[in-house]
Amino acid sequence: MKVRVHVSLKPGVLDPQGRAIHHSLEGLGFSGVNDVRAGRLFELDVEDGVSDEALDDMCKKLLANMVIENYRIEKVAA
Amino acid sequence: MAFRSAVITFPGSNCDRDMAVALEKVSGDACTRVWHGDSDLPEGLDFIALPGGFSYGDYLRCGAIASRSPIMQAVIAAADKGVPVLGVCNGFQVLTESGLLPGALLRNSVIRFVCRDVTLKVENANSLFTSGYSAGQEISIPVAHHDGNYFADEATLDRLEGEGQVAFRYAEDINGSARAIAGVLNAKGNVLGMMPHPERAIEDLHGGSDGRALFESAIKGLIGA
Repeated sequence: MKVRVHVSLKPGVLDPQGRAIHHSLEGLGFSGVNDVRAGRLFELDVEDGVSDEALDDMCKKLLANMVIENYRIEKVAA
Repeated sequence: MAFRSAVITFPGSNCDRDMAVALEKVSGDACTRVWHGDSDLPEGLDFIALPGGFSYGDYLRCGAIASRSPIMQAVIAAADKGVPVLGVCNGFQVLTESGLLPGALLRNSVIRFVCRDVTLKVENANSLFTSGYSAGQEISIPVAHHDGNYFADEATLDRLEGEGQVAFRYAEDINGSARAIAGVLNAKGNVLGMMPHPERAIEDLHGGSDGRALFESAIKGLIGA
């Protein structure tokens, strides 16, 4: 089973990297971009027997820092 | 009585020797070096230090992988029993990632790596680590970090301020830290995390010795020397 875990900064948490990317886009002449937030994507290849609870636990214990980040689990059809 | 200290080395730690030298110079006793893959700490430790550096290449998040290493389970258990733990720079990041301290350290708001001496204000001079200073005293300590921007939600920040858990504050904004926080204590006062490097300021040859009192405070408080 392929699983994608999307990790993003919580709203309100300052994202200096996103801001720098935004400035760079503007520097390249792209207009109309209001904001950029940088996040992370993990692609996991897991055994079919791995439970949703276990996936949730992986996110909470390691993949995301719950103080500053949110996560979203997406199961991808093989 | 001998002062029994240990410094934990992770792959990518680079201030571990400086920390051990500081502890040895100030205490006059040998400091044990402990490898991250060990699962046990030496018996009867008075003090544990987590050094600066770039453990595991800062992969995932700064301090994230180190905080899940075998030795950290022993450090967490020791801290819960009241053993003092000092985390400096990457060590501070390991402490927040492990849950021993509240909050998180984000990328500096200025994006740049900040490497220079900064002025800190001592906010709490009653802790084990800071009793050698006076409240409100200004000291000069070097910083060298890319991810030192302290973050916690407003309720947590209010609690830290109210309970005297803010140990040090930057005299000027250098990295975007919430309320200019440079160092944080846990609720029990036996765990201190700070981005500035006191171990790099213990003798005049370092360009300043304002960090020395931190080690002197802890050693005096623990073994009464």
